[in-house]
Amino acid sequence: MGRKLLLEHAKVPGIRHIDTYIQHGGYRSVHKALKTMTPDEVVEEVKKSGLRGRGGAGFPTGMKWSFLAKPEGIPRYLVCNADESEPGTFKDRYLMEYLPHLLIEGMITSSYALGANTSYIYIRGEYRWVYTILVEAIAEAYAKGYLGKNILGSGFNFDLYVQPGGGAYICGEETALLESLEGKRGNPRMKPPFPAIKGLWQSPTVVNNVETIAAVVPIVNEGGDEYAKIGIGKSTGTKLISACGNIKNSGVYEIDLGLPVDEFLNSDEYCGGVANGKRLKAVIPGGSSVPIVPAGLFYKNIKGEDRLMSYESLSDGGFASGTMMGSGGFIVYDEDQCIVRNTWNLARFYNHESCGQCSPCREGTGWLVKVLDKIEHGKGATMADIDLLWDIQRRIEGNTICPLGDAAAWPVAAAIRHFRDEFEWHIKNPQLAQSKNYGLVKETVYQTV
Amino acid sequence: MYSNHPSHSQQPIVFSQEMLDQSQEIIKHYPEGKQKSAILPIMHIVQKHFGWVSVEAQDIIAEMLKIKPIEVYEVATFYTMFHLHPVGKYVLEVCRTGPCMIRGAEDICKYLEKKLGIKEGEITADGLFTWRTVECLGACGYAPMMQVGEHYHEYLTPEKLDNLISDWKTK
Amino acid sequence: MAKVTIDDKIIEVPDGTTILNAARMIGGDVVPPAMCYYSKLKGSGGKCRTCLVEVAAGSEKDPRPMPKLVASCSTNVMDGMVVKNKTSEKVMDARKGVVEYLLMNHPLDCPVCDQAGECNLQDLGYEHGLQKTRYEFERRTFEVQDIGDNIKLHMNRCILCYRCVYTADQITEGRVHGVMGRGDHAEISTYITKAIDNDFSGNIIDVCPVGALTDKTFRFKSRVWFTRPMLAHRNCDKCCGKTTVWLSGDDVLRVTGRKDQNGEVEEFICNTCRFDKKSLADWSIEGPSHIDKHSVISQNHYELPSDNIKRLK
Repeated sequence: MGRKLLLEHAKVPGIRHIDTYIQHGGYRSVHKALKTMTPDEVVEEVKKSGLRGRGGAGFPTGMKWSFLAKPEGIPRYLVCNADESEPGTFKDRYLMEYLPHLLIEGMITSSYALGANTSYIYIRGEYRWVYTILVEAIAEAYAKGYLGKNILGSGFNFDLYVQPGGGAYICGEETALLESLEGKRGNPRMKPPFPAIKGLWQSPTVVNNVETIAAVVPIVNEGGDEYAKIGIGKSTGTKLISACGNIKNSGVYEIDLGLPVDEFLNSDEYCGGVANGKRLKAVIPGGSSVPIVPAGLFYKNIKGEDRLMSYESLSDGGFASGTMMGSGGFIVYDEDQCIVRNTWNLARFYNHESCGQCSPCREGTGWLVKVLDKIEHGKGATMADIDLLWDIQRRIEGNTICPLGDAAAWPVAAAIRHFRDEFEWHIKNPQLAQSKNYGLVKETVYQTV
Repeated sequence: MYSNHPSHSQQPIVFSQEMLDQSQEIIKHYPEGKQKSAILPIMHIVQKHFGWVSVEAQDIIAEMLKIKPIEVYEVATFYTMFHLHPVGKYVLEVCRTGPCMIRGAEDICKYLEKKLGIKEGEITADGLFTWRTVECLGACGYAPMMQVGEHYHEYLTPEKLDNLISDWKTK
Repeated sequence: MAKVTIDDKIIEVPDGTTILNAARMIGGDVVPPAMCYYSKLKGSGGKCRTCLVEVAAGSEKDPRPMPKLVASCSTNVMDGMVVKNKTSEKVMDARKGVVEYLLMNHPLDCPVCDQAGECNLQDLGYEHGLQKTRYEFERRTFEVQDIGDNIKLHMNRCILCYRCVYTADQITEGRVHGVMGRGDHAEISTYITKAIDNDFSGNIIDVCPVGALTDKTFRFKSRVWFTRPMLAHRNCDKCCGKTTVWLSGDDVLRVTGRKDQNGEVEEFICNTCRFDKKSLADWSIEGPSHIDKHSVISQNHYELPSDNIKRLK
């Protein structure tokens, strides 16, 4: 049974409201930080905790914070990235929906550490009811004196606002998010300058994911060293995983990093195994942009060691045989799922979400969709189309301003890398592929051809 | 052929006092001179009130925020939540992305198309419904799902859709 | 100052110089092509990805290579940096990809396009492109938009470099056009039908790297390579009045800004000079305009050999 640093009180009736939240130990970190710690001491605890960004990139949070420029007389900002849009990911929504005050508490403590007197929570526009929950919770926090002027008599002034997006996956990229928050199109900026130097309105800015900011609360409460004891290696602490696809128990789980993937997928405490007695075909463990891995490579790495739910273990083997922790959007595919169809679907997603600035992403993603559509829907594809797909994705990856290009390329690359047979089967059997799936084991399929 | 062409409102567009007050409140969220940041929040207010965002409404937003109209158009056409053409009273937005697809989103779309008798993006003759597909809404564990206004409807089935639609029809 | 090596050529440049501008100081083959960057437009660049280069060594202090190719137009040089442009296989491969992406939806209408002969995309395709496209699907098309009496917009040809948007923002008052939509159906547009109408709007034609924005007063009049570009000036109360007039016999077929060796206008000119002064009597002719490398127009020798020699000195 994993410990719950974040979600412990998620199901307590009334926990959305500040009184109940405080009764269950809420806002302790604000008292502790503002009354007994200097901002730098808070940063130091976060550094010690080993916390890594929970949005997907996994960059050490303490280090990110220490990059923040602090020129005199220029405001600094903390912006919470609540633009959760990576397919398979719905953990931040859960956290904000059930524990809005945990995020607000994290924002206060973190903003104190960074010296930000105004901060924003940029939430995807579609989460409208969550927006309302946050706005109400913020009003409660103002009324209790946790927000506003001279908080708890510490002299720290802090205002917090929620900003809704308008429907754009790309605004989950931190510089696109800042553009959007400035009221512009969500076109990612070129880096450098990094937001830590020139971010929101050209001021030094830190952008952190919802879960990252929430994790600051237990880190300040228990101390960075205590937090770092949880987990394995450089994957410290707990992580929220949103599990979906063909599993028995979909939902959001808090796990200790380092949990064996077998236990996460198959134990009743978590996913409860593949649904309906089906066999496992593949898993995308970190949101749709990370490489899909077939069942064999999911449970064990190439060396035959059990895979764990940690940044290092999931990426063991690189892209050749591994995948990534990503955002923790855990998508499970059973034997009835078609990899070609899934790849086409995801390619369409990235094409739809490309901002259109960089030519490789703007044009390449559309091309990927068209070629995949041709293969999936039996429109006369040839084997050369598989190589063409490979070439298109290869020349998008790494060649764009922001990582959306990579996110669009990786799913296609991984699908071809691990499921080339299935692509070939589609091309050889264009008619049959319209009514039947390739399935799990190629032998059984070839018998029917 | 692509065209990002505008739609004009048939009636004169007037922002109610409540809308103006809400907008002014939002503008206070930003430092002085940074009121442009209020575009998206105000467009949400406009869409909630009028059901969609006409060019005329966008022009009023530009005026309120003291920016060029083109700056609003550029933003409005970038973000997919805003309906820039008239839509039905209820817009049923079905998630079509991977995790929802593998749990039956395509069947939900087919069912809606048959049930409402309209293609994606069209409006029913009674003006009540529009349906369209959208990309991942962050409800992957509760698939298939759709968003209608501010609400998510999850674990969709044909029966559930029947009930919802008949409720909306009698409202 | 920073010492930087680009394709084995060494140059010393002021700190804060971009790789592209350092390469331009060296000149010749080491200069990466740039379709969206425009030195006179603040914020431009980074988008087209044609100027990607490999940084084989980051700096004297930290000689590690950069993991990804970088946009040379927006990456500053460091002292001791080693850059590979034409000498990098990775760069050539990526650039080939970029050209293919830029061309895949671009119409093959060069024979009827006014930009032919002075088109950056044509040059790029010639230098880096494949003989044959691998894109077999229908090309994306947009409705043709009219954006005023003097400027024609062919969105199908646009590569979304954003230069015209920056131009309208930075040198005209009251920008009325921009980028609508997103992704692969983003388009340059006024959204509501309105002419782009101000004294300097014509400059969006000059900055356009392709035939998306063309001069209606010149449309179908002549191929550029049949015209004689001459440096000319007049007293203008709106702009510098220094232009290039493109002559056929004694007829002024069109007027443009003067372009430098990078194909960028030296100074922006007003619409009066550009669209209204179409008589030789309006202009004092200084002499033939030098055309550096751009395309087929440079194949005709309008300049006296001595002019070329003078420039080389």
